[in-house]
Amino acid sequence: MAGVGGGNDFQWCFSQVKGAIDEDVAEADIISTVEFNYSGELLATGDKGGRVVIFQREQEVSLPSSSKNRPHSRGEYNVYSTFQSHEPEFDYLKSLEIEEKINKIRWLPQQNAAHSLLSTNDKTIKLWKISERDKRAEGYNLKDEDGRLRDPFRITSLRVPVLMPMDLMVEASPRRIFANAHTYHINSISVNSDHETYLSADDLRINLWHLEITDRSFNIVDIKPANMEELTEVITAAECHPHQCNVFVYSSSKGTIRLCDMRAAALCDRQSKFFEEPEDPSSRSFFSEIISSISDVKFSHSGRYMMTRDYLSVKVWDLNMENRPVETYQVHEYLRSKLCSLYENDCIFDKFECCWNGSDSAIMTGSYNNFFRMFDRNTRRDITLEASRENSKPRAVLKPRKVSTGGKRKKDEISVDSLDFNKKILHTAWHPKENVIAVAATNNLYIFQDKIN
Amino acid sequence: MFPKGTKRKFSDSGDEPPAGSDDVNQPSSAAVRMLSSYSLQRQSLLDMSLIKLQLCHMLVEPNLCRSVLIANTVRQIQEEMTQDGTWQIMTQALSAANAAAQCSADRLVATEVLCRQTEAAQGEPAPKPFPAVGSEGCSAEEVVVVEEEDEGVEGGVIMSTVSPQAPTAYLPSTFGIDPCWEEETGEEEDEDEDSEECASGSEEGDNDRLVEDSRTAEQVFGTFEIKNPAPSPDPALEELFSDVDASYYDLDTVLTGMQSAPKMGPYDLLESLSSHGPSPLSSSTSCRSDLNELDHIMEIIVGS
Repeated sequence: MAGVGGGNDFQWCFSQVKGAIDEDVAEADIISTVEFNYSGELLATGDKGGRVVIFQREQEVSLPSSSKNRPHSRGEYNVYSTFQSHEPEFDYLKSLEIEEKINKIRWLPQQNAAHSLLSTNDKTIKLWKISERDKRAEGYNLKDEDGRLRDPFRITSLRVPVLMPMDLMVEASPRRIFANAHTYHINSISVNSDHETYLSADDLRINLWHLEITDRSFNIVDIKPANMEELTEVITAAECHPHQCNVFVYSSSKGTIRLCDMRAAALCDRQSKFFEEPEDPSSRSFFSEIISSISDVKFSHSGRYMMTRDYLSVKVWDLNMENRPVETYQVHEYLRSKLCSLYENDCIFDKFECCWNGSDSAIMTGSYNNFFRMFDRNTRRDITLEASRENSKPRAVLKPRKVSTGGKRKKDEISVDSLDFNKKILHTAWHPKENVIAVAATNNLYIFQDKIN
Repeated sequence: MFPKGTKRKFSDSGDEPPAGSDDVNQPSSAAVRMLSSYSLQRQSLLDMSLIKLQLCHMLVEPNLCRSVLIANTVRQIQEEMTQDGTWQIMTQALSAANAAAQCSADRLVATEVLCRQTEAAQGEPAPKPFPAVGSEGCSAEEVVVVEEEDEGVEGGVIMSTVSPQAPTAYLPSTFGIDPCWEEETGEEEDEDEDSEECASGSEEGDNDRLVEDSRTAEQVFGTFEIKNPAPSPDPALEELFSDVDASYYDLDTVLTGMQSAPKMGPYDLLESLSSHGPSPLSSSTSCRSDLNELDHIMEIIVGS
């Protein structure tokens, strides 16, 4: 079951939804990032209020009668830990308030019983350790019954405390704070495959950190022009290669991706590879540049491909071919004729993310009206699904949605003008091994999974 | 979507007759309308972009990616307008109107600011980051003169006296050619009323006005005045638009009042537009003194 692509090969079912139901959405509750950990057991979300909520999957229930280890039901995700990662800050030097919104969460590979993740807002990255405590030491004879410390001379016997079980307590503690390294807003963090370093990228610079060292970082990319008047391009996303710890990529607002090798130079201003698709002159408009701006870049798990998301499409690139992508998928081409209105209401600047499934056979990205799209790379089929409370009966199969583009609107189709542009799905995540997906719709987190017979 | 009452004369004469029509000598009206509609669309996009940049820069810390994308769009439109001659014709007429001003300032100022300034003294006190005032001797003099004349003088008179700073020039949408130009100068009294509105209006009000009467909207928004006494403004213009002053991104520059070189671009427009709010300089100055006190208090508390 695991590894089968998405698309129309099987059906997606509703599993769970987390978050408040009321119509009035508190700004602080808007989810700003979603990320599974390496095993898929934990699912972390960050919101605009600076909080991180981690869900843990409960153990699957297996029927004893099944010969293969087929689960009766997939484990549900329940709240495991909630903590305030970032607080609003005030930069006194510049008289600015720094937003506490969590821009990105990235898990670190698990090295012991505790889990670790990096979370970042616009300026500061924090390493959080989430550990469990289910035992308590009891039996001390150092205190009186009323709690006062006993006089040492009165203690005549040595009593070794005993560990007693207690209710599970999950504690999150900030272990490292990586601050003051970014002048501009951080848009990406990415843990390196060496598990020792990670990179953080803002609009104009990328820094390399060591996870143990907080007072120093190395600047590896700097595209700030000497004269800010000449600024025409910014960094929009960056990621480390999943296997080669010397390679990383970063995307720009002009629709280009640069792959850099850290062995080449200390400052990787000169890229090793430059990925750009030549513009189609027939579709040129004043909005061409804006819609070509890349909002997300993700390497495939294999490390052979990378995927980029721009406003209207998702492109898969072969790292060995720089002059054009190998695959292009249209997410919502029907918006091309509406670009002027979308520019007016600022939706054209929305930054959608994209993600691969565990086997790299399918990709997923979000759209408007709480729609999200999945593309199967092998069969070239695609599907549009909706994250809404209406389809939220347990194990209800999601019905494919369609947006009507022509004049005639078929039944069950929705016309472009009826789309709700306030309901945007910017953040999605795919379980690293199974067909379980997490979709963030404003302040709600939907979890869908494939249908189990 | 398009402003009403747009003077099409200009764009019609500026554009070449479309090819492929039945009568080569007389462009079909449909084609002409299409070209005009394209110009209108372009103009409207330019106006919208400038407003966005303005609003963007009113935030203390603008979203850099968004600002860069909008600025690139503005630059693209301006380049295209320069290429098809739209821009040149406009600036020629503008410079003709400003010939009397004899001002050496090379500035691009939003009409909105000028509207407000006609109410108050034309001369802005130094703290305001209005570029023309800072280090430009000429405009300062002009400013002084205006202030003197301002007292007890009607708005209309001020407008004609302080021509370089008067909102007498407009972007191609309203621009038209000379007859239109004269028509507009005759409407200065109206502009004064508009200017009062400008001063009291907020950003939201600005956006609302965009859909109002075209003339008012165009007077208030999306218009540039190019104060350029040079006889051939074209190279200067190109230089103006090729250099984008993105120093606004540099907060240090913002706080220190941006008294840098007189280069103009979309961002200088924003500097001047921001002057109607609490000017960054003055607010930061008071802010700084407060913060100094705060730091001092913190030190005492911390006991460092």
